[in-house]
Amino acid sequence: MELISGGDMLVRALHEAGVEYVYGYPGGSLLHVYDSLYKQSAVKHVLVRHEQAAAHMADGYARATGKAGVVMVTSGPGATNTITGIATAFTDSIPMVVISGQVMSHLVGDDAFQETDMLGVSRPIVKHSFAVRRPEDIPEIVAKAFYIANTGRPGPVVIDIPKDMTMPNERYEYVYPKKIKMRSYTPPQRGHSGQIKKAVELLLAAKRPVIYSGGGVIIDGSSDKLRALVDRLNFPCTNTLMGLGAYPGTGERFIGMLGMHGSYEANMTMHNADVVICIGARFDDRVTNATSKFCPDAKIIHVDIDPSSISKTIIADVPIVGPVGAVLDEMMALLDEANETPDAEALETWWKQINEWRERHGGRYEKNDSQLMKPQEVIEAMWTATKGDAFITSDVGQHQMFAAQYYKFDKPNRWINSGGLGTMGFGFPAAMGIKMNFPDDMVVCVTGEGSIQMNIQELSTCLQYGIPVKILCLNNGSLGMVRQWQDMNYEGRHSHSYMESLPDFVKLVEAYGHVGIRVTDRDQLPQALEDTFGKYNDRLVFLDVAVDETEHVYPMQVPTGSMRDMWLSKTERT
Amino acid sequence: MRHIISILLENEPGALSRVVGLFAQRGYNIETLTVAPTEDETLSRLTMTTTGDERKIEQITKQLNKLVEVVKLVDLSEGPHIERELMLIKVKAIGAQRAEIKRTADIFRGQIVDVSPSVYTIQLTGTSDKLEAFIESIGAGCVLETVRTGVSGIARGEKVLSL
Repeated sequence: MELISGGDMLVRALHEAGVEYVYGYPGGSLLHVYDSLYKQSAVKHVLVRHEQAAAHMADGYARATGKAGVVMVTSGPGATNTITGIATAFTDSIPMVVISGQVMSHLVGDDAFQETDMLGVSRPIVKHSFAVRRPEDIPEIVAKAFYIANTGRPGPVVIDIPKDMTMPNERYEYVYPKKIKMRSYTPPQRGHSGQIKKAVELLLAAKRPVIYSGGGVIIDGSSDKLRALVDRLNFPCTNTLMGLGAYPGTGERFIGMLGMHGSYEANMTMHNADVVICIGARFDDRVTNATSKFCPDAKIIHVDIDPSSISKTIIADVPIVGPVGAVLDEMMALLDEANETPDAEALETWWKQINEWRERHGGRYEKNDSQLMKPQEVIEAMWTATKGDAFITSDVGQHQMFAAQYYKFDKPNRWINSGGLGTMGFGFPAAMGIKMNFPDDMVVCVTGEGSIQMNIQELSTCLQYGIPVKILCLNNGSLGMVRQWQDMNYEGRHSHSYMESLPDFVKLVEAYGHVGIRVTDRDQLPQALEDTFGKYNDRLVFLDVAVDETEHVYPMQVPTGSMRDMWLSKTERT
Repeated sequence: MRHIISILLENEPGALSRVVGLFAQRGYNIETLTVAPTEDETLSRLTMTTTGDERKIEQITKQLNKLVEVVKLVDLSEGPHIERELMLIKVKAIGAQRAEIKRTADIFRGQIVDVSPSVYTIQLTGTSDKLEAFIESIGAGCVLETVRTGVSGIARGEKVLSL
């Protein structure tokens, strides 16, 4: 029987859990573990420049691959620096395993150097957490952490390891469990057949239906099943911010994103629908607007793996708790069996109405005559330059909404953004996590001059590991979304939304050893994009593009209104 | 409406803080909370009383069920059940008051468990309403100190909350 140390156990267990990359930063409490990492090559460690970025890198990896990303940080500040990253993953149901060092067991509670109650601090933003109390438990805890993070409604799991659990000279028997079974944790495997039958009956009888799908479809890897259902029923489909790409953005039955900055046709379709089927989404307040005025004539079918999402903000007429894929399979089987089709005549009238809405607004914005570009046209140009096939990450603000509206995602797992928590500084490290695992794909971080500065230190990490992501900075010299709200609600008083003393980004990225390109005029953009994806393909490129600072994101729902109450431009309201 | 939620919880460090934290984090109210290990030492039994409309209670039970350490959960108020709370109450007892307080304690089936020349300590068991009725009967003015365990509850009849 081979005996190994706790540190070696941890690294070996990570390898057995299928981990290739760990994103992290060493420190006192984890030095035994870092020594264990040094002695092997199966698990590769990526040294970030700030622990928050490690969490976002793991998150980006998880969103693109569907598998838990892994973070490794030391106790105290190392651990607390990951909190924003953990909260980001938690809010968007992203699987992640965070290993945090802890001071020696006998010092816990003594306010020792670099001691923080990581389990306490992270408790409200994790799916679960573990404290290691015996070194020989490490393999089982690691296996359980991955199982919990990846199954059911995914989420982040923290493992807190006191330093004395990883002593190099204390050795124990290593046993990695073949199968995990927990009496208190049993994620649902399928939906309730009676409810699914009811849902199918409602769908077949609908005159003005709409399919509203979210991130849950992508997480479950069920985009193909969603597409099959939409096309089979010939229903309009809208995606949430988190769900973009589940149904093709260029698809005929796609009516755009819904919600606060959703398309006119998507919000009108929702408001006027008689049956809404929500699949893997959670009636977020950025979707529903005032819940009391939400879809007044609609019967609501809600499919979600998390029962607590159902009837939380909007009461479901037909609640279905289960994994999206299994529920969609059963629905399709019932449709086959029933051999019925929805009312074609009613649908034709409905589509006619939807197409009228599309024509009235659609994806419209006013172009400038001057050389100063609108942010929307930059996104459109980038969509063309990347043939619509890049991984796009974003930070938070106007650029995020423009990317969501104007980059048409035809594939799932390609649109990577902090939808729920709205974390500025997310996009760049997330892009890095993706690029390392998809080296042959284009990975672009759409950002603003505000957000990018929240994790800009990672330019250094990119040089060390050769991570040639592309950064598209829509530079309007101000915190655009804040400024927009101040224009709309505070009579244009731009309180602290103006970014004074911006750095010269081109020089900055050059100092980090990368390529910077500044674009101020429309005429320069095509060449800049060509160089970015052409001659600089294997380099990190920072495209700093000046855009019109006065532009607003539209449509925008009117607060306390229903879904159909929207500003369509600065002067036009529904 | 008041609900009594009974939970079987993994008897592990930190499990209770998750339950309590959930209530604070989501703005739910805990009125009483009792917790102790069961005959199976790997499990704790936790009883809490809380208030809210049907929708809120539904959310509370769903959110509790999501906690990995919650093994089983039941809302006892949904069916016939027994609830009990224990109170130790220290009251001023001087002169004629002494007999009066003793009589009242007898009526409520309380026991005087400690005596001093001017103070009685009474032990009383029952529903929360009964304990409150006792305090009202002896008059809040003579109460020096009360300590209550919070509600424990169990379903009537064959129904059991176990693995």
